[in-house]
Amino acid sequence: MTTSNKTVIRGGRVVDPSQGMDAIADVYIEDGKVAWVAAASEKRAAAGAQVIDAIGLIVSPGFVDLHTHLREPGFEHKETIATGTLAAARGGFTTICAMPNTNPAMDTLQTVRWVIHKAETEGHVRVLPIGCVTKGRAGKELAEMGELASAGVIGFSDDGSPVADTNLMRTALQYSSFTGLPIIQHCEDPGLAHGGVMHDGWVASRLGLKGMPGQAEEVMAGRDIHLTELTRGKLHLAHVSIAGTVEQVRRAKAKGMAVTAEVTPHHLALTDEWVLGTQDKGHAYAPLTLKAYDTNAKVNPPLRTNKDIEVLVAGLKDGTLDAIATDHAPHAVTDKDCTFPEAAFGISGLETAFGLLMRLVNSRQISLSLLIEKLTIGPAKVLGAKGSGLGTLKVGAAGDVVLLDPKSEWTVDVKTWASRGKNTPLNGVKLTGAVMTTLVGGRVAFTAPTLKAGSAGRAR
Amino acid sequence: MQQRTPKVPTPTVAPVEQTPRTTADSKAWRQRHLLDLDTLSADEMEHLFKTADVMQGVLQREVKKVPTLRGRTILTLFYEASTRTRIAFETAGKLLSADVTNITVSSSSVVKGETLLDTVLTLQASAADVMVIRHADAGAPYMAAKHLTRTAVVNAGDGAHAHPTQALLDLFTARKHLGSLQGKKVTIVGDINYSRVARSNLWGFVRAGAHVVLSGPPTLIPWDLLKGKDDSEHPFKSVEVETDVRKAVKEADLVIPLRIQLERQQTGLIPSLREYAMYWQVNDEVLTHAHPHVLVMHPGPMNEGVEISSSVAHGVKSLVKQQVTNGISVRMAVLYLIGAPKEL
Repeated sequence: MTTSNKTVIRGGRVVDPSQGMDAIADVYIEDGKVAWVAAASEKRAAAGAQVIDAIGLIVSPGFVDLHTHLREPGFEHKETIATGTLAAARGGFTTICAMPNTNPAMDTLQTVRWVIHKAETEGHVRVLPIGCVTKGRAGKELAEMGELASAGVIGFSDDGSPVADTNLMRTALQYSSFTGLPIIQHCEDPGLAHGGVMHDGWVASRLGLKGMPGQAEEVMAGRDIHLTELTRGKLHLAHVSIAGTVEQVRRAKAKGMAVTAEVTPHHLALTDEWVLGTQDKGHAYAPLTLKAYDTNAKVNPPLRTNKDIEVLVAGLKDGTLDAIATDHAPHAVTDKDCTFPEAAFGISGLETAFGLLMRLVNSRQISLSLLIEKLTIGPAKVLGAKGSGLGTLKVGAAGDVVLLDPKSEWTVDVKTWASRGKNTPLNGVKLTGAVMTTLVGGRVAFTAPTLKAGSAGRAR
Repeated sequence: MQQRTPKVPTPTVAPVEQTPRTTADSKAWRQRHLLDLDTLSADEMEHLFKTADVMQGVLQREVKKVPTLRGRTILTLFYEASTRTRIAFETAGKLLSADVTNITVSSSSVVKGETLLDTVLTLQASAADVMVIRHADAGAPYMAAKHLTRTAVVNAGDGAHAHPTQALLDLFTARKHLGSLQGKKVTIVGDINYSRVARSNLWGFVRAGAHVVLSGPPTLIPWDLLKGKDDSEHPFKSVEVETDVRKAVKEADLVIPLRIQLERQQTGLIPSLREYAMYWQVNDEVLTHAHPHVLVMHPGPMNEGVEISSSVAHGVKSLVKQQVTNGISVRMAVLYLIGAPKEL
């Protein structure tokens, strides 16, 4: 890592959807902020600056993840702020929002401050904490939202569980409105989803596993949209997974309501057939192998179907879905090395997000600039004022930049990961599209071994 | 008993103690574990039934014990209560001269919080050749088999997923009494969605060419399992659903009522056992709609007066007792094919 406070990234294809930019350009960062972006042909001087050669690479604003589980405090065997933020840097994320389902839960000023302090001293990227909606995430009494807001949270969520009580959700939306921050809801009707371990469909029935119907998400999303209308509150829907939710968000937005929504890379690229353990190679009707019941494909909301993926992609394109968020949910080996019903829900997603999402670009479902938009300015806008200067390379913005090689092929190998959570169904899968370098505030937070910062060689 | 086309082949194969473990043997049977029927080829199924025929011959002798699995160790690891399945495996193993140890969950370190994985690895280290596993979680035997390098796994029932030896003994029994199952109508009635017996039976009877009809309350029908049936490759594309049991058994050659788990009523999937019996009980009146020579099987244990009337359960159409006896022969065949030392 350099001590220089000036960095210039030369010769890359700068894709910055926040200003509609797609051009070969140099990006100059001074004192942690973008000082200028100029056409590479200009060869503008940058005396004394560290030079990063980006020829042949995409230069994007650093990714912003609205939904990460850092597990600390309380579950350090799954992840820590140090390992989780390094995993983020390796995945191209320069800002991550930390979910409050820690132990103790982030329902007090003290815990939130502790996390912020820990992230400042040990973290590799920016960490924006999310506070709880209810005390202890118990779904009974509101947390002290005003004080949590003053401590710097960017929203309120009991993620992992929904706020199930309809009247409490109404109160939460109404009360939180004075903070200007959204309620981030994990949409799941507890009765309808009860005991379910995967998507309710052919694969679940064939495996004899209890399903969670997509309607469990839809009815909760519908309820909360109605409550947002009633309270004039602010609602953000976490990890939308099912076609019907997209339609409801679209209608809410058409009415001008303050409703935003995110979708995860795994819900955009993987289906419930991944539980069969055959990864990309299998046929849904084939006899089971010993790889069946892949607990690494167990996630909540569950992996859905190709029909849902089509609607989710359409939702990204027409702006119904504002952002792509990882829902990075790291777990220890023992949490997954058990029977499918016993296994914990969650996919460790930070380090595969870009490569997995590039499947949508390579199969021509979405453009590269749309993908970058949904990883940068899209989530930054969801954060409102808290996202100001993030997800963009406009002059004065944070010097958060990621260099991407969209053509680079690599094979997922969890042994090389920074995250303690090795729980991914993608281990051993070949992905196209790699993160080469990540800069946070102009400082290199991660460089892929094949590309050295400041080297003259052309990156591959 | 009146039976249509009674077809009880007399065992013509060599007695077990002389059965040579030829390379033909290992070619006909390629499974290291027995986890479900979906992985069995038609040839393997035939080979297994031929082996079961031989075992049936052994069971008819004065002295039933053969030395085939002498020196081999079989463990039964049951995480769920079971009487007949566990005893059938134990008896089968002992008749083949294997050392059989039963591990019941309450007496093992499982209650101390040991994980299933640790338990099976420990048992493998204790020199188990075959582990017979029953577990309430679907897929548990798959997870065990994935981690076991030396011990073979036989699935004795995993959650709502599979119960392959029950399905094999059902198929074996049905073939004995109906001959070829090609084109025969088999009606399965009751709690199908939560039944591992039904799922394994579906693979078995559909593969054998039977025309399978499912009947029961709509809350217990596996609609999702039949999803996408218009796809020509769907394994259950020929399976029909008919909630009216009288229509479902019309001209049926074989009717299989399944045990209604009492907790189905508690979880509200059926309003009462009384109403279930009114609409879906297999009784003499219902069977008047079936083929005159219809036969009835039940995987047991039966709730007489709920899913099956006592008169049917113990009547001339019932094959329940034959199923129990065949359960021993079929499990002897499974333990022999899985547990005999493999020649290298």
